[in-house]
Amino acid sequence: MTAAPRAAQLGLVGCHTCGLVCAAGQAQCPRCGSHLHPRKPDSLARSWAFLIAALILYVPSNVLPVMYTSMLGRGETSTILHGVVEFWKSGSWDIALLIFIASVAVPSTKFLVLATLLVSARRQSSWARLQRARLYRFIELIGYWSMLDVVVVALVCALVQFHLLGTAEPRVGIVFFGLVVVLTMFAAMSFDPRLIWDGDEE
Amino acid sequence: MTHPELVICEYCDSVWRRSELGDDEIARCGRCRAVLYRASRLDLDQLLALTVAAAIVFVIANVSPVIRIAVSGMHNEANLLQSIAALSHGSGLVVGLVAAATLFVVPLLQIVLLGWVLVFARAHRRAPGFAFAMRWLHRIRPWSMTEVFLLGVLVAIVKLSGMLNVIAGPGTYATVILTGLITLIAKRDVRTLWDRLPADEAVVFGE
Repeated sequence: MTAAPRAAQLGLVGCHTCGLVCAAGQAQCPRCGSHLHPRKPDSLARSWAFLIAALILYVPSNVLPVMYTSMLGRGETSTILHGVVEFWKSGSWDIALLIFIASVAVPSTKFLVLATLLVSARRQSSWARLQRARLYRFIELIGYWSMLDVVVVALVCALVQFHLLGTAEPRVGIVFFGLVVVLTMFAAMSFDPRLIWDGDEE
Repeated sequence: MTHPELVICEYCDSVWRRSELGDDEIARCGRCRAVLYRASRLDLDQLLALTVAAAIVFVIANVSPVIRIAVSGMHNEANLLQSIAALSHGSGLVVGLVAAATLFVVPLLQIVLLGWVLVFARAHRRAPGFAFAMRWLHRIRPWSMTEVFLLGVLVAIVKLSGMLNVIAGPGTYATVILTGLITLIAKRDVRTLWDRLPADEAVVFGE
């Protein structure tokens, strides 16, 4: 392991907003005025709260329809998975895969990874620290791509407005889905990755 | 007491001594391998020029249609704001607000705040409200989703082209450029501006 000291050992705090290295004990960063704290406040509790809320809303976001379309008088509602299957059947397997990754694989991965990080950080586990640190940065990077389905529904509903010939309207499932994405992002932001390394100094 | 010669990894709290980087070099944390800081390829003039370009492209991307569809002699087109409005009917208002924030308000704020800071930075001054602007640039960064909108446009084009005649409008091309510009100016580490611009007090004391 590298011998780099950690901030607490040297009596230092890094400002979470501007990055300035400050002496511990000050309430505010002298450069940008943000509150200084060695760890994000209530990191584990807040992150769990957002994660559980997201998990609960994930059910209606998948079960309820996200869009209603009517073509020549024949109307139907579709869920997110329904949309993936439609693309697959029509031969656009690449788009089907893209939507599946953004709408199903990314949120599921975030749930599993964040739960793993939260449990192991709480136990101050020394297991696979480097890999867990990389997993955290990975979900930080991919998280917001789940918003893809929201964009697609918005565009289709704005475009397909031909009265009797064909219309498209959003349905409540997309609201739940958008909230799931926002909540998982808050969950990831609330988690403090420094906790992964606490206990690594020895 | 502050230590500008040191840097703390924001992912694992390891303390390192700063060193000068060569072109395109990246300083990584020896403990968790996260990026500590990067060599900045752009000087302040170039950053400001790109920000002004982003402002112009932002207007085009938002007023021009991104997609135009036609069927049986009828046609329709939509831009970003019309799409957000279509999403916001009734119970969709909540998700419409999220879309408006991430696709419109946050990219707009990034351009405005960065432009404000950079106009003064050219005169080697910190703009009025510099700390406020810099704090918010840092806070809103994760919520800027122009690239997600671009991918959504491509998916919508494929989705609709099965039954309709679909054409990508000028808004789509503007969004491609806007995505590139925002990534260049605001996605990377905006924080370096803190180090590049001396505090006003320091200037006064130096005289």
